[in-house]
Amino acid sequence: MIHLKNVHKSYTVKDKVIPALNGIDLSIVRGEIFGVIGHSGAGKSTLIRLINLLERPTQGEITVDGEEILKYEPLALRNFRRNIGMIFQHFNLLNSKTVAENVAFPIRIAGERDAAKTDVRVDQMLELVGLSLHKHKYPKQLSGGEKQRVGIARALANQPKILLCDEATSALDPQTTCSILQLLREINEKLSLTIVLITHEMDVIRTICDRVAVIDGGKIVESGPVTQVFLHPKHPTTRNFVLEAEHADEDSLTQTLGQDGDAMVRRLTFMNDAMRQPVLTQIARECEVDFLIMSGRFGKIKSTPCGQLTVSVRGECGKAQEALRRLTGAGVVVEETF
Amino acid sequence: MFEFLNGLVSGGVNWGDIGWATIDTLLMLGGALSLTLLLGLPLGIVLFLTSPKKLLSSPKTYASVSFAVNILRSLPFVILLIAMIPVTVLLTGTSLGVAGAIPPLVVGGTPFFARLVETALREVDHGIIEASQAMGASVKQIVTGALLPEALPGIIAAATVTAIALVSYTALSGVVGGGGLGDLAIRYGYQRFQLDVMFITIILLLILVQLLQTVGNRLVIHFSR
Repeated sequence: MIHLKNVHKSYTVKDKVIPALNGIDLSIVRGEIFGVIGHSGAGKSTLIRLINLLERPTQGEITVDGEEILKYEPLALRNFRRNIGMIFQHFNLLNSKTVAENVAFPIRIAGERDAAKTDVRVDQMLELVGLSLHKHKYPKQLSGGEKQRVGIARALANQPKILLCDEATSALDPQTTCSILQLLREINEKLSLTIVLITHEMDVIRTICDRVAVIDGGKIVESGPVTQVFLHPKHPTTRNFVLEAEHADEDSLTQTLGQDGDAMVRRLTFMNDAMRQPVLTQIARECEVDFLIMSGRFGKIKSTPCGQLTVSVRGECGKAQEALRRLTGAGVVVEETF
Repeated sequence: MFEFLNGLVSGGVNWGDIGWATIDTLLMLGGALSLTLLLGLPLGIVLFLTSPKKLLSSPKTYASVSFAVNILRSLPFVILLIAMIPVTVLLTGTSLGVAGAIPPLVVGGTPFFARLVETALREVDHGIIEASQAMGASVKQIVTGALLPEALPGIIAAATVTAIALVSYTALSGVVGGGGLGDLAIRYGYQRFQLDVMFITIILLLILVQLLQTVGNRLVIHFSR
């Protein structure tokens, strides 16, 4: 659906060239929720603005729905943008207009003159985001979460194929964030909408994304399915994001407990079937080994239940190895810790 | 003091003249203000749009328009009044009275108002412009659909300040025979030492300014959401 090929972007400030993106390659599939995570200044805001050309790359190719968007004339570009919704961290609503007028704005921009048709569409959108009762209020009278709902209704008013979310939940409290993410997930499923979002919060990625790219210093340092990146982070930046999300300093805990020289410390990852079977105790009993659980976390990534344990395996020579082999056989991913 | 008050009530003051002068001032203000708003608003929008990093950013256009505006604004209004006489005569056939006062008032007021409009438009959050662009809005749609409605309270405040500046300009235009309350104050108050007439014109001008400011403030509040 969206392809970025070797995209570079730099800014020129007072004759100095400041690179923002250094060779981004990215493919986003129709209907998925794709997340880009990075610290501020990593280039993620620039990256998301390339998709609707609010920013133009200095080099590279961008295709959306099979079309090379960099070749568009101004009029074609405007028509193209009408098929892409965008929501923002600070909502960017028109304060001088009511909720209904805000949602009607993009419909009018797209050239709809029929007031009755516009009205029907506005009502549909407000119902979708659960704001029908606030139709005639002004943005100042709404809470942050409600404002973002208006933003979403406005972004979807022209029935776009793609929704871009620029830190859409960063200005909201955790509970409101949850409800907005829930709404995004619903519309992704209901309207089979492709969603691209940027964030600095791993929780957002874990809750709704299918795939994720980690961006650092203008480059994508790691990408893949969220379960893969979240459970087996390879790049230090990714690991930091995962640790931040877990509020756990796993490595130092493991070090403190793992002083005992000859113990085998392993990280076990459970997903799918391994989550539903009592594999750990079963194998412990059968192989006559013991597991000292040093740290662990269980939960859901989007809708996939999964978990991770760091254990030290204790048993007679050979039996520990046998237990680990059998764990692998049962679908548990066994890794050495660092 | 007694003499002064006595003059006010016992016919030393020509109330008819004051009435006509007030009407003249209101006519000058009304004519000049409407033309100033009509010309200054587009000029302010051009200044905003062509300024650096804005929608139609064009350093050359911005520099030349900005320069022209600065020249007119740095000219003291009295000088402008006199310098403009040939142009005024060309436009209205006379340099006297209400008709003769309006062209210099408009030329003096327009650049002033345009700058204030530019500032008011700058106050609009850039995110709103960006959101409109992301919706595929053209520059015209962004200006009429987003920028002007969002900046409306600021533009009304700018119009209020401009109207009050024009009141003081109309008073000044009395110097070159512009008519109105300013003219009256100069002829009776300054040249004939009729302090009572001067006093009344000052009170009337004060009421006018006060009225404009109050109406302006009310409108700003009404349009602020």
